[in-house]
Amino acid sequence: MSHLLEVKDLEVKFALRFGDLTAIDGVSFTLDKRERLGIVGESGAGKSVTGFAIINLLSKPGYISAGKILFEGQELNQFSEEEIRKIRGNRISMIFQDPMMTLNPVLTISTQMVETVLAHHNMSKSDALDLALEKLKKVYIPSPEKRLDQYPHECSGGMRQRIVIAIALLTNPSLIIADEPSTALDVTIQAGIMDLLLELCETEDMGLILITHDLAVVSEVTEKIVVMYAGKIVEAGSTEAIIHDPKHPYTQGLIKALPGSLQPGSRLYQIPGMMPNLTSIPRGCAFHPRCTISDTICRKEAPPLISVSDHDRMVACHLVK
Amino acid sequence: MKNTNGLLTVKNLVKHFDISGGLLDQLAIEKGHIVRKRTTVKALNTVSLSILPRENLGVVGESGCGKSTLARAILGLYPPNSGEIYYKDKRIDNLTAKEMLPYRKRMQMIFQDPYASLNPRMTVKKTLEEPAFFHNKSITAQDAEDKVAEVMQQVGVDPQWASRYPHEFSGGQRQRISIARALIVDPEFVVADEPVSALDVSIQAQILNLLMDAQEKRGLTYMLITHDLSVVEHVSTRVAVMYLGTICEMAPTKQLFESPRHPYTQALLTAIPKLSRKKTKHIKLKGEVPTPINLPSGCIFHGRCLYANKRCINEIPRLIRMDSGATVACHGVEEGRL
Amino acid sequence: MNAWNRFKSSYLLYSFKRDPLAILSFSVLSVLVVICILAPVLTPYNTYDTATFDIMDAETPPVWMEGGDESFILGTDIQGRDLLSTMIYGLRVSLLIGVGAVLLQSFIGILVGLFSGYFGGKLDSFLMRITDIQFSIPYLIVAIFTSAIFKLAFGVGRYAELAVPLLIVIIGVSHWPIYARTVRASVLGERNKEYVEAARVIGISRWQIMFRHVLPNTLTPVLVISTIQVAEAVMSEAALSFLGLGMPITKPSLGSLIRSGFEYIFSGSWWITFFPGILLVIFILVILLLGDWLRDVLNPKLYKG
Repeated sequence: MSHLLEVKDLEVKFALRFGDLTAIDGVSFTLDKRERLGIVGESGAGKSVTGFAIINLLSKPGYISAGKILFEGQELNQFSEEEIRKIRGNRISMIFQDPMMTLNPVLTISTQMVETVLAHHNMSKSDALDLALEKLKKVYIPSPEKRLDQYPHECSGGMRQRIVIAIALLTNPSLIIADEPSTALDVTIQAGIMDLLLELCETEDMGLILITHDLAVVSEVTEKIVVMYAGKIVEAGSTEAIIHDPKHPYTQGLIKALPGSLQPGSRLYQIPGMMPNLTSIPRGCAFHPRCTISDTICRKEAPPLISVSDHDRMVACHLVK
Repeated sequence: MKNTNGLLTVKNLVKHFDISGGLLDQLAIEKGHIVRKRTTVKALNTVSLSILPRENLGVVGESGCGKSTLARAILGLYPPNSGEIYYKDKRIDNLTAKEMLPYRKRMQMIFQDPYASLNPRMTVKKTLEEPAFFHNKSITAQDAEDKVAEVMQQVGVDPQWASRYPHEFSGGQRQRISIARALIVDPEFVVADEPVSALDVSIQAQILNLLMDAQEKRGLTYMLITHDLSVVEHVSTRVAVMYLGTICEMAPTKQLFESPRHPYTQALLTAIPKLSRKKTKHIKLKGEVPTPINLPSGCIFHGRCLYANKRCINEIPRLIRMDSGATVACHGVEEGRL
Repeated sequence: MNAWNRFKSSYLLYSFKRDPLAILSFSVLSVLVVICILAPVLTPYNTYDTATFDIMDAETPPVWMEGGDESFILGTDIQGRDLLSTMIYGLRVSLLIGVGAVLLQSFIGILVGLFSGYFGGKLDSFLMRITDIQFSIPYLIVAIFTSAIFKLAFGVGRYAELAVPLLIVIIGVSHWPIYARTVRASVLGERNKEYVEAARVIGISRWQIMFRHVLPNTLTPVLVISTIQVAEAVMSEAALSFLGLGMPITKPSLGSLIRSGFEYIFSGSWWITFFPGILLVIFILVILLLGDWLRDVLNPKLYKG
């Protein structure tokens, strides 16, 4: 049975002046149609790099040094630039944190949408415009005909992000990768965007990879998550199970550190120290200097990601069975 | 002119920014005539509140609500268009720079962006020494150095790194240094403008703990500005909810979260993502957030409120004190409809 | 970590070592500057001393040509001065005027840009209008008027003595607008940053904030345009001298030399124009190449690692 997306032992390195740095070290996960996966981690964990690597948007000095990326059965990392372009923006779309990374400030919305359609399909301009209008309606933009003739700066932040999602939908992709899509938006607008993404996955038959640092958002939108730390997956499994019974000390710490989990006014739980810089990842388990239960083996050997208990839960920790 | 026992009181504060530009920018052609258009951003529209000593007042709201402008107006960075600001019963909004100096020692601010809030060309030592020297001309160099080391220790940054530059520190450490800069003059009142928004979750907890510890040890009064309601729920004693330059509701924290009265507060609370099993139903607000340039008439929220009536369109609601102790600015609540 | 160590491990040095063009330009420039500084020691003749040359030696070709003389390696000019020595002294004058003019330009321009950007409002409009006016006045017109009036008022001899400061002032005053605009743009960006707000919250006066906090952060673009401005100042001076408005023939710069030899190109004494010309081109070229490299290195967007 083939998955929509399968990432196997992905390794990404950065070629810098003092040597090669490993940004992602052996990441593997799968995603099926209509499934929603969350990649969770703090800044520097490597989650955005994973997203970029999947559609080959890594810019120098980053490169994929090992591993496979299988999309609908085909090996993406072996494709030439020409072949990848047929997939990128077509079968797999990406949404970024800042809508202005996608939208060109000097072009009208209609120009940009038509351009995207015509880049991948052969159709007349008026057909492309109809398609654009249809997608704008799908993302609940009020008076879409008016919006088509507007420029990005005439729309609010939330509106822009909806337009970006509409552009992503133009080619009926099978997979959307969303990199912190609502972090820069206000809370009420964020809720709307998340609701929209959830709905679209159902109605458009798409898979969703949501990359974010916000555990609360991920718990409301995704079905399964992988938690990343210093370039590795430390825990993977179903969202519900992980949120309510985290097994890896880092995941436990993250959840405990959220303000909502303790009595108001009390001291928040804090994970001591900070995520290590890519240049100085500790030997053995990358988390051991900050871990409350680390042991001698943690200092020597990096723990493998193995299945524990039930429900496809995987944890990378020597002390969790 | 006398007010309550507030440490800091704001009365009917109004702040508008004129962004019309030069004469040529203002001219436009409308219906065949040349007209002169003035564009004003109405950031604060008659805001009144009082902060009590030793409390932690959380000011929440979304972008454009004026919370940052309020903070800066209180600290004297923006002179108000009208209204008054009192610090311990003394009026401070109409003072000259010289008269303001003693107050500057007592009121400090912590900023949002750890990367822009420290001068990249000054070492940490210089950044921290500056306020110490400025407010105490007779301090010796050695005393200043000792003070710097002491405050760095208190915020959790190794004093040996005082001669380094900001870019050599991480975001969390820079925020600690910002906090140190605010604390080194021994202030009484600290405004924290989104102090943890730009930081990772695990670092947020560290910084929030640091702020809470500092408040307890030094007997500080905080005004915490943030858009993150879960932070405010944990840390603040009272909460003020702002929308487009007006305060909608102000209540003790527990009360606000358990029984919000204003429709905007209710919508805001349901929109916060929570770590829960079920997805909470979000109250969908109508329309978009209007700009502070073209303020709606009457109640600024009427365009998006599901319960607005004719009075809401025409009349601006006043902040009314409820029996519970909360203050709400809503006709519906006043009339008993909501 | 003291300043030297920090420099040694900096990205600037790293990038420099990997760019052969930068290394080449820097080496050539260093050699030229050293030669200029040590001119009195290095040159075979002191060309300002009228006793050392003889009009009878005029227009001697370079040593490898027929009629050349061993004591004049590159030949002589129309007054009988050794061309090589005169060129080196000429380069020295050009460099002096170039650097002096840039110092003056940057001083005026930085102050104008700083006040304009920081205070804003009417002062900003006023200063920017003055900047625009200054920009529109061609420096040639200014130069013609100034030197003509000066020569008239003080005579040619006095003019020769004060030519260098006069040219520094002319070129300096004509070209400060670009510094003003550059600094103003930087100041507008820095002025709203939070560290400036923090300084205001502490109570520090506007003047202290302007000079102690904002100014140091606006200097990177100033450094980048300064190299190009030096090259431009040297070229402006050469142009003025070529037109007869710059350095007098008694204390020639490269431009004056080129001018003096211009009439003789077709009559055979091509070297009088040719060698100073080549030297001027090389000098300006290495400054511009170095400036290009510096601009790329200091560009924060290109900065990696």
